[in-house]
Order: sequence, then structure tokens, then C-alpha cells
Amino acid sequence: MDWAVIVSDAIRSGIGPVAAVYALAAIGLNLHFGYTGLLNFGQVAFMLVGAYGVAASVSTYGLPLWVGVLIGLGSSVVLALLLGLPTLRLRAEYLAIATIAAGEILRLFYRSSWAEPVTGGVFGLQRFAVEFYDVNPIPRDTYGIWLVRYTSLDLWALSVAWAMVLLTAGVVALLVHSPWGRVIRAIREDEDAVRSLGKSVYAYKMQSLVLGGAIGSMAGMMLAIQNQSVNPDSYDPVVTFFLYTIVVLGGAGRVLGPIVGAILFWAILTFFDSALREAIGAGYVSSEVISAPEVGAVRFALVGLGLMLLMIFRPQGLLGSRKEMLLDAR
Amino acid sequence: MHADLVNLTAEPGVAKPDPLLVADGVTRAFGGLVAVHVEHLEIQRGAITALIGPNGAGKSTLFNVLSGFDRADRGHWTFDGAPVTGRSAHRLARRGLVRTFQLTKTLGRLSVLENMKLAATGQRGERLVTSLLPPLWLKQEREIQHRADELLERFRLAHMRDEYAGTLSGGQRKLLEMARALMVRPTMVLLDEPMAGVNPALTQSLLSHITDLRDEGMTVCFVEHDMDVVMGISDWVVCMAEGEIAAEGPPEAVAQNPAVIDAYLGKRHDEPGTEHDHG
Ligand SMILES: Nc1ncnc2c1ncn2[C@@H]1O[C@H](COP(=O)(O)OP(=O)(O)OP(=O)(O)O)[C@@H](O)[C@H]1O
Ligand SMILES: [Mg+2]
Repeated sequence: MDWAVIVSDAIRSGIGPVAAVYALAAIGLNLHFGYTGLLNFGQVAFMLVGAYGVAASVSTYGLPLWVGVLIGLGSSVVLALLLGLPTLRLRAEYLAIATIAAGEILRLFYRSSWAEPVTGGVFGLQRFAVEFYDVNPIPRDTYGIWLVRYTSLDLWALSVAWAMVLLTAGVVALLVHSPWGRVIRAIREDEDAVRSLGKSVYAYKMQSLVLGGAIGSMAGMMLAIQNQSVNPDSYDPVVTFFLYTIVVLGGAGRVLGPIVGAILFWAILTFFDSALREAIGAGYVSSEVISAPEVGAVRFALVGLGLMLLMIFRPQGLLGSRKEMLLDAR
Repeated sequence: MHADLVNLTAEPGVAKPDPLLVADGVTRAFGGLVAVHVEHLEIQRGAITALIGPNGAGKSTLFNVLSGFDRADRGHWTFDGAPVTGRSAHRLARRGLVRTFQLTKTLGRLSVLENMKLAATGQRGERLVTSLLPPLWLKQEREIQHRADELLERFRLAHMRDEYAGTLSGGQRKLLEMARALMVRPTMVLLDEPMAGVNPALTQSLLSHITDLRDEGMTVCFVEHDMDVVMGISDWVVCMAEGEIAAEGPPEAVAQNPAVIDAYLGKRHDEPGTEHDHG
């Protein structure tokens, strides 16, 4: 059992491009759930429309990449409005139902044979990220220290993705510490109180939904570009629940929460994955008990266990404040 | 007593010389229970009106309807001359009609100061785009903070300024909610039992604050069960019973009105020939 491999795998994954994508999507979700108190159970739908906005524009219609980015962002705004207009005046549960349904409906729609001419159906789309990698300034080689190494393609993708994460986190930090942020945090506490002070709760909830959704769509675009392909089935509802895990792990309603959460989530997940494989390889764990193909499922069970322990010993998340959380109990 | 109200007849629905809020035929029923049925009610501008009545008389429901937090089944009402029937709560608040809640709605995970600053109207920093440019709103924010600090001082909450509002006691929450409502600079406040749970010494100082606000031109309407408070500061008293306006008039007159005594003690309490079987 080679610990160097296990630890380096975990680090590579924790700071890799996929962790960055999840951090970005979780920042959007944190704006919804952590700051505004909106129950969005379909953040993956925003990632999906973002990813296909880019992929279909470039690959199906031959448009330039930047137009695809605008189309992806535009689709996320339209989706947020469609979800928000009928539900944001109602109780919180209605948005939850609408978003979880929208995620699945969109995934099934994008993979249907009816949509295949545009979305590629179950085969998905490829070859839309060429422009992105053409402008890669990093020469062909592998980079890194120790066993943590990336190809120049991955390094380029992860640099851009983390830059987007930091930029977005900066904007969110400015927003939530402004009077605008004060209003949305107040809405999270008690909508009626905010109404009684003359603020249009509906308009603020809508702004938050659109903004967090647009951030989610950027994450989807980055994921598509990093994979150099899109496939509807990678936008499964479980992605949203990973994002909730990340937000809660890092600390909901904290600017850096989603970033810390995403890094740890992917590092821990990969750690278990790699450790199990090494242990099976070295014969510590009999392949009768856990066979290699089952490792994927077992690591999620272990993550679930970790989350339960977190909820028991640190329910506010890593960056959350215990004092603030205990107020809820009153 | 308020000079303009001296010569009015003390009867339900009487017209006031300068009404700010006028309600007509306002009805709200929950299933079969008619919680509010107000034929006609006028609330005088620049006066302190007390709304009294036994538990379940419909006082809070009337506040909810008038302030846009509940829908009326029938009826219409105007505020400051404009028809505002069915207008949403935040629009009414922006027009200057601000209410507090019987069960306080403090924003627990915001600090006391943030609760106060939230309430200021016309904040540039509350718009999504300008919020990203602090130079555009920092000056206004400082002015708001100054005003908030003054009010917190007045309401004896200055020492709790930076604490989470969720850590306040019940009475302190009442105080914060009232102070916060005043941050909106309302034309009229509807206060639902503002003094419930507030200690008597502070009550006196807050009452004098309320009369000061009235003297500056604000209209106050408040629900209160404590008759000393009602008699102490109100210019006019409206008594509700079973959803209807049972009586209204100057405090002294209402205190002696048989309809009011009926409302509180139950009918027939002093009719000759009936048994005094309760107490
Ligand atoms: N949401 C509701 N659903 C059903 N019935 C209600 C509702 N709100 C109020 N009621 C009923 O309407 C009547 C009036 O209630 P309301 O809260 O207005 O009384 P109140 O005069 O404010 O009493 P209190 O002095 O105890 O606060 C009561 O009989 C109450 O049970
Ligand atoms: Mg009441």
C-alpha cells in the first residue's frame, strides 16, 4: 500500500479542475441557500444549460466560443426566471419542487432523440473546446511538484477555473457585505419582517436566483470545456446533492465555505477511492469483501459517514460560526 | 387631548376632521368565523389612536389586512387619500404605513445594528449593481448608522448594538422592532402590543417618545391591553369586540362606555335581575 500515491491522488483531485468547477457551482448555490434561504434543489440544471449553451453553439451551429458563453449565461437567466416567476411568491417548498423537477426534465429533454440534432442526444457533443485550448499559453509538458502533476491542458483548465472561482467569490463577498446582501440575509431570516420594512422580497429573491444560477451555468461551461465533451447523463440530480454537501461542509453563508468545501470534498473522496484500491491491490482488503468496481460506491458511503460525523460534531460546517447556528434553536 | 378631536360624537364610525386612514366595509372571515367586520373607521392624522378589545376581538387581523399582510374578503380602504385596497405590504410600507407584529419578527442572525440599518428606505446600496461600488453608498450608510445609533440609545439597546438580534430577550425584541419601524420614517405606524413585556420604567420613557413623534406629525395607532398606557397617551380610543367596532371616543368617554364594559366582561354583567355567577 503506497501512501504517497494515496495522498498525492487526494491533493491532485482537491486542487484539480473538477474541484474548481464544483466550488464555482457551490458559490452560486451558497448565494441561494446560504444567504437568501432559497431551496434550490436543481443547481445542476443551471450547469446543464450552461454546458450545452457552449457545446451546442460551437459544435452544432459553428459559432465562436464567446458567443456560446453568452448563450449559456442567457439560458441560465431564462431558466431562473421560468423557475422563479411562478414559485417565489409562494412558500419555500414550491421552488424546491420546481427546481428538482426542472433538473430531471431538462436532462431527459436534452438526451431525447427529438433534441438530438442540436444536443447530440445520448451521445452528447464534442469538439467545442478547441478555441479554449488554442489560447493555452502553457507549453506542452507536465507540471507540478512531487507526485502531484498535471498536463498542460489540465493546468490551463484548472488555472482558468480557479481564477473564475476567486473572481466570483470576490464579487459575492462584495455583494453580501453590502446593503443588498443585508436584505437577502434578512429574507433568509424572516420574509414578512423584510416586507414590513418596504422591501420587495420577490424582486430580491429573483435577483439572487438569477445570479446564483448564472454562476452555476459558468461552472457547467467550465466542466464541459474541461472534459472536452458534454453528455446529459453527467448532469444527474446527485450533482446538486454533492453541491449541498460542499456548501454544508464548508459552512453555509460563508464566502469561502464553498471553496474550502469543494477542495475537501474532492480530496476526501479521492483519498478513500485511492486508499481502497491500494488496500485491495495489496491484499489488505479481500476482493471478496469489496471488489474494485465497488470502490466507487463504497467511497460515497464513507463520505456519507463523514458527513454524519460532521453534523454531530460541527453542524455549522468548517467555517461556520457555532454561536450563529445555535440562534436557530431558540 | 388632541384639539381636533374634542367636539366629535363618541360613536362607532364617526368622521374625523383630517383622517389619514379610512376603512369601509372591511371584512375578513376564517371559515365560518368572521374575525373582522368593520363598517367604517377613520383614523385621525397626527393623533395617537389606541385599539383595544378583548382577546380574539380581531385587532391583529385588522392590522394584518390594513397593512397588506392579509387579504380582506370585502371592503376598501384609503391611506393618505389614495386607494390602497389589496396593495402589497412592501408598497404600503414605502408609502409610509409601517406596522410591527404582535409576535416579534426580529432577524436573529443579523446584528441589532443591521436590523436597524436594514429598515432605512431609499438605500442606493440595496440595488444590485450599485451595491458592488461601495463609494456610491458608504456616505449614505454612515448617515443611516448615525440615525440607527440614536434610536438604539433612545430604546436602551445601544449596549446590544453588535450582538445578534437572536440573543435579545423578549422585551428587547419588542423594543428593537419598534425602533426598527421608526427607521423607515413612517407617516403612520401600526404597533401591535408594543409594550407587552417591556418593563414599566422603560414603558414610561417610550410613551413619552411616542408622544414626541406624534408632536412631530407622525400618526400612531397601537393595540394595547394595559389600560393605564391607553389612558395615559391616547387621543382617541377604538374598541373592537367580535370583529366589529363596539365603541370609539376620547379615552375617558370610552372607559365609561357600557358597550366597552360589555365587550370586556361579557354582556348582561350588570343588568338588573341577572345573577353575578362569575366571581
Ligand atoms: N390565520 C387564522 N386562521 C384562523 N383563524 C384566525 C386566524 N387569525 C386569527 N383568527 C381568528 O380570528 C379572531 C381574531 O384574532 P386576532 O388575532 O385578530 O385577535 P386579537 O384581537 O388580536 O387578539 P389578542 O388581543 O389576543 O391579540 C380569533 O378568533 C382568531 O382565532
Ligand atoms: Mg392580537
